[in-house]
Amino acid sequence: MSTTGVGTEALIETLFSGIAVGAKYALVALGFVIVFKATRVLNFAHASFVLLGGFITWQLAAEWGVNFYLALPLAMVAGALIGTALQTALLQRLLGERPFSIIMMTIGVLYVFDNVTSAIWGPEDRDLPDPWGSKTVDLGSVNLAVADLWTIGVTSAAVGAFFLFFRYSSLGLGMRATADDQEAALATGIDARRVHLAAWATAGALGTLAGAMLSSGAGSVGPSLGAVAFVAFPAMIVGGLESPVGAVVGGLLIGLIQQLTALLQPEYAAWLGSGFDRVAPFAVMVIILLVRPYGLFGEPEVRRI
Amino acid sequence: MTLSHAADLRTIRGPWRIAFSVVLVAVFFALPVLISDATLGTLILCGAFAIGAIGLNLLIGLTGQVSLGHAAFVAIGAYCTSYLGDGRGWPFLAYFATAIVLGLVAGAVIGPFALRLRGNYLVIVTIGLVFVSEHVLRNWESLTRPVRGTAPTRDAAVAIGPLDFGAGLDLGSALYTREQSMFWLTWALVALAAVVAHNLTRSRVGRAMQAVRDRDLAAEVIGVEPGRTKIGAFAVASAMAAAAGVIYALGLGAIDYQELSGIHGLFMSITFVAIIILGGLGTVHGSILGALLVVYGQRLIANEGAAMPILGIPVERGWMSTGELNGVLFGGLIIVFLLLEPRGLAALWARVRTWFQGWPFAY
Repeated sequence: MSTTGVGTEALIETLFSGIAVGAKYALVALGFVIVFKATRVLNFAHASFVLLGGFITWQLAAEWGVNFYLALPLAMVAGALIGTALQTALLQRLLGERPFSIIMMTIGVLYVFDNVTSAIWGPEDRDLPDPWGSKTVDLGSVNLAVADLWTIGVTSAAVGAFFLFFRYSSLGLGMRATADDQEAALATGIDARRVHLAAWATAGALGTLAGAMLSSGAGSVGPSLGAVAFVAFPAMIVGGLESPVGAVVGGLLIGLIQQLTALLQPEYAAWLGSGFDRVAPFAVMVIILLVRPYGLFGEPEVRRI
Repeated sequence: MTLSHAADLRTIRGPWRIAFSVVLVAVFFALPVLISDATLGTLILCGAFAIGAIGLNLLIGLTGQVSLGHAAFVAIGAYCTSYLGDGRGWPFLAYFATAIVLGLVAGAVIGPFALRLRGNYLVIVTIGLVFVSEHVLRNWESLTRPVRGTAPTRDAAVAIGPLDFGAGLDLGSALYTREQSMFWLTWALVALAAVVAHNLTRSRVGRAMQAVRDRDLAAEVIGVEPGRTKIGAFAVASAMAAAAGVIYALGLGAIDYQELSGIHGLFMSITFVAIIILGGLGTVHGSILGALLVVYGQRLIANEGAAMPILGIPVERGWMSTGELNGVLFGGLIIVFLLLEPRGLAALWARVRTWFQGWPFAY
């Protein structure tokens, strides 16, 4: 390895940071996929949940001096409330409209939220007072960021809790049933409105968590935070829009590919141009969709004649 | 009401429409003489967006294929103007035609992706288009000049025969400015695009598009080829986007790849989609009304916004900048229209027309 210019340590560190970045994408994608699975809404406003979540966490922890470990769950509650408010005030009225109109509604919400956020908090980047900072752990010659370790831990916990909830709670069961067949679920007495609200609340909370995790460690809270959601698009579509498992797998895959591209591409494939790691997720997305048009775990649409 | 086939095929029918067309033509010729060059500049931009929106409406409103990558094709036209028109000194019709052909080809190449992907998957893949085009443009330095900044378009020739729109028309007795001349050229092209799109919607091709939109399986059964129709719609929409890009570049005088691709490109694509939603999905005149509302509104706030009051406080002294106000109003407009008038300005217009036609009866 040493002759090629990329050392083993660099490779291990890259793999690790790829998993950490991927965990953040997975968190973003998971919130997105939950709303899609339960309500069939492609929620562009999820980018606002991430952005707003980062700022609310900062407001609580930095401005009001709340302990970070308390500020994070509080911010997630706030995110959940915003999600439910959105569903009740706007999205519910569009039931039965073309999917495209509903996408546009969430884009409208995205514009309003993003601009109100930057009007309230201003354009500058600021550090989240997370307890991890830029500390690193040394394992031999390999340096791992503590914030990345925490991100991976928190993401695993959130994903685990989410799957338990989905499998064993009655609301989670209702969500799965509604996602499979809304009419049949309604006929068995499942309250679709409650299911939709729960999905939006979960998405708001997960988006907030993703926003806080993205701005912890070396990251910062700023107006560009929501833009990460656009890199998470490939993550969830690679996994398949209907699949929470796919969101996690897709997130990790995209994170790893992006970090590996950043490390290896300038050396081995310089002809692809500078900064190729920024488009690598989209390139991977197109290649995977050419082979599997519904993503790795998505449900193919059945065509009957 | 006549029921003959020939009368039905006429583009302009009925006394109301004839009168309205006469008014439109009169406004077209009189407006540049009556209003300032700055306002004309904004209206030229409105015209560029109107051409692009007419194309996108064929794709989304008529064929039902949602795309958020429209800006990538606008960039093709814009860079044709800069590279061929400004850099190489090609005549207007030559680089304009090249832009349209390149747009057509690019749309036909991207189109096949649309065959494999449906609905939401297609929306997100087309978002990838603007990010990929950002990468290409950032690395293609000889074309986009990312180091030195913007690529110029102002010196591109805009002459058709003896009429030189770029330098300002000189019609013997009268001299007109560049803005006045460009207004006439732009809105003549808008009219041309509108007629092409209008005739397309009424032809076999247009009916095939609508059949594919409503239910592509049924369309296939009755003999429409969904694949060919979708690719064709992509190609036509992209060609019109490239044409819009030429006018956009000429109107601005210089272009920047960062405004046409990446996250700003996505915002531009969203603006196009918002235009056709606010104007009216699947209608040609809706695309034009929407472009006037959105682009003129955004420019108005950008130019005059600082002096505008919110709740009695001028924006410049309040807590929100004009850019933020612009974004909030844009998003709010989309939300309000979707809740109150999902069929857009075209439906409002139809309501006004019915009221006049029915007067003095309610309906």
